[in-house]
Amino acid sequence: MSESTANPGVDERIKQQSRLQKALVRPELGGICGTIVVFALFLLFAGDSGMFNAQGVLNWSVVSAQFMIIAVGACLLMIAGEFDLSVGSMIGFSGMMIAIFTVSFGWPVWMAIIVTFIGCIAIGAINGFIVIRTGLPSFIVTLASLFILRGFTIYLPQLLERKTIIGGVRDAAQGDWLAVIFGGKILKGFFQWMGDVGIIGTFERGTQAGKPVVEGIPMLIVWAIVLVIIGHILLTRTRFGNWIFASGGDAESARNSGVPVNRVKILMFMTTAFCACVFATCQVMEFGSAGADRGLLKEFEAIIAVVIGGALLTGGYGSVIGAALGALIFGVVQQGLFFAGVESSLFRVFLGLILLFAVILNTYIRRMITGER
Amino acid sequence: MNTRSSHEPIIAMKNIEKHFGSVIALAGVSVDVFPGECHCLLGDNGAGKSTFIKTMSGVHKPTKGEIFFENRPMSFSDPRDAIAAGIATVHQHLAMIPLMSVSRNFFMGNEPVKKILGMPFFDHEHANAVTMEEMRKMGINLRGPDQAVGTLSGGERQTVAIARAVHFGAKVLILDEPTSALGVRQTANVLATIDKVRKQDIAVVFITHNVRHALAVGDRFTVLNRGKTLGTAQRGQITPEELQDMMAGGQEMVALEGSLGGTV
Repeated sequence: MSESTANPGVDERIKQQSRLQKALVRPELGGICGTIVVFALFLLFAGDSGMFNAQGVLNWSVVSAQFMIIAVGACLLMIAGEFDLSVGSMIGFSGMMIAIFTVSFGWPVWMAIIVTFIGCIAIGAINGFIVIRTGLPSFIVTLASLFILRGFTIYLPQLLERKTIIGGVRDAAQGDWLAVIFGGKILKGFFQWMGDVGIIGTFERGTQAGKPVVEGIPMLIVWAIVLVIIGHILLTRTRFGNWIFASGGDAESARNSGVPVNRVKILMFMTTAFCACVFATCQVMEFGSAGADRGLLKEFEAIIAVVIGGALLTGGYGSVIGAALGALIFGVVQQGLFFAGVESSLFRVFLGLILLFAVILNTYIRRMITGER
Repeated sequence: MNTRSSHEPIIAMKNIEKHFGSVIALAGVSVDVFPGECHCLLGDNGAGKSTFIKTMSGVHKPTKGEIFFENRPMSFSDPRDAIAAGIATVHQHLAMIPLMSVSRNFFMGNEPVKKILGMPFFDHEHANAVTMEEMRKMGINLRGPDQAVGTLSGGERQTVAIARAVHFGAKVLILDEPTSALGVRQTANVLATIDKVRKQDIAVVFITHNVRHALAVGDRFTVLNRGKTLGTAQRGQITPEELQDMMAGGQEMVALEGSLGGTV
């Protein structure tokens, strides 16, 4: 046959790649570069504005963690080859359901949270089921869910309470075992100690005098980190992860090889709904209320974070770590512009530029990986 | 003729008929496939080749007729049963996912699992080692197991797909026009791969409409035309011209060939 068998190990047509080049060719590269650039810029222009003291770090960490939670779900779904545009509406809807169950129906908070989670994951499954059975693009199917869910989120509280914001969840959640998992804070003792020895600042006046400016790490951040780690391991280290890549890469080939593509896709729609529900529950526990306009445009922010993180819009390629970095960039830029004293409307300009830069870089990386021209 | 072909057929298809509504796609086709032979299935477009192999691989149920697999009547409810029994199909295009690594593609749907703390994880080390070894056997030198399939040529992709089917215990390998989109050198590689597979006592069903490719590796040749077989011929008993004539349906082809100077 060919000469390459006569001389095994060497094919003169394959160019040797340098180790650096090899290390660079990964979906996260755009996200890593973006993160470095963003942090360098803000250290330079907002280094002394309080952005990098304890309160400042907490501020942009919380915002980034919010993006991360929904980006993990959106990322896995996008790699599996589908979109979910109903994420934002799902956030509003699930938050509103928790508030209605606790405040209007008087259920204990833990029961409200569990029922809401079951309901929302079921809606995610229905989204997936419709996409699979009809063969319609998920873009259209979930666009319909976007309007349907948002409509109910506005209609139901008006019907039951004659208002669009339902408060009073905080009082009901007092002492609830499940509410703490979403609205609590951890490492309070550690932060008190850091305040006492002067590593972080303490309040000097008022009722909270002597307490550290950062009370503890919000559970929202813990959820974000845990979801990113689980998502990353699931995607890269399990057989199910291989099925996610395969389903998004080419569903027909995957089916021919015995991958249960339909099951994978429906499960990913359910995961996205779960992530939206985590986001909403944390938000409701933090604010103590649910509003009909919560989560507006979140679906696009999740998709942007995922794309900055190196995932392909057409599916089959991407990284959860990348999506998490995309979310971090998003959060740091949004809050950083405020710290730097830049007109906040410029946030969108900045974001658009980062998105464009990241996508161009990612396209280039993908060409290097697949050898296409 | 291959001496191994003398024992029992691994698949015997008897008088297979397949109707789609009012269309008769197969009108009584009988073919035996023996272990260790390369059985070429030739036919022009619309001859019923695809329907026939889909019946063999469990995608379609025959309207009439019987299929014996290893001497037992078989009726697969879906292709996964057929794959589990050892009938693997390598499709012309739908075989590999370009964005995924060779190793991930190789084990797609059959991922090896290693337990860590009781949790099943994808055993990448094992997968990578096996992939490199199998590729070396087939004469493909990879840069590494994490090289994307998109960087391989069409012939190499076919070879990876064939190696994968063989590795996962295929007894019957159905190749659906593996050479139709390939260049000369790549075609030669795929044909050499078919020869290697046949020597491992696996039955190869090679679908093609290229007589030269069929004659290069085939032990026996069955020609389909308008849903019927025109018989099965042994290697050495038939000339390329005869095969070509049978495929195209004789008369008109003679006239056509005359006008083209016998080059087809």
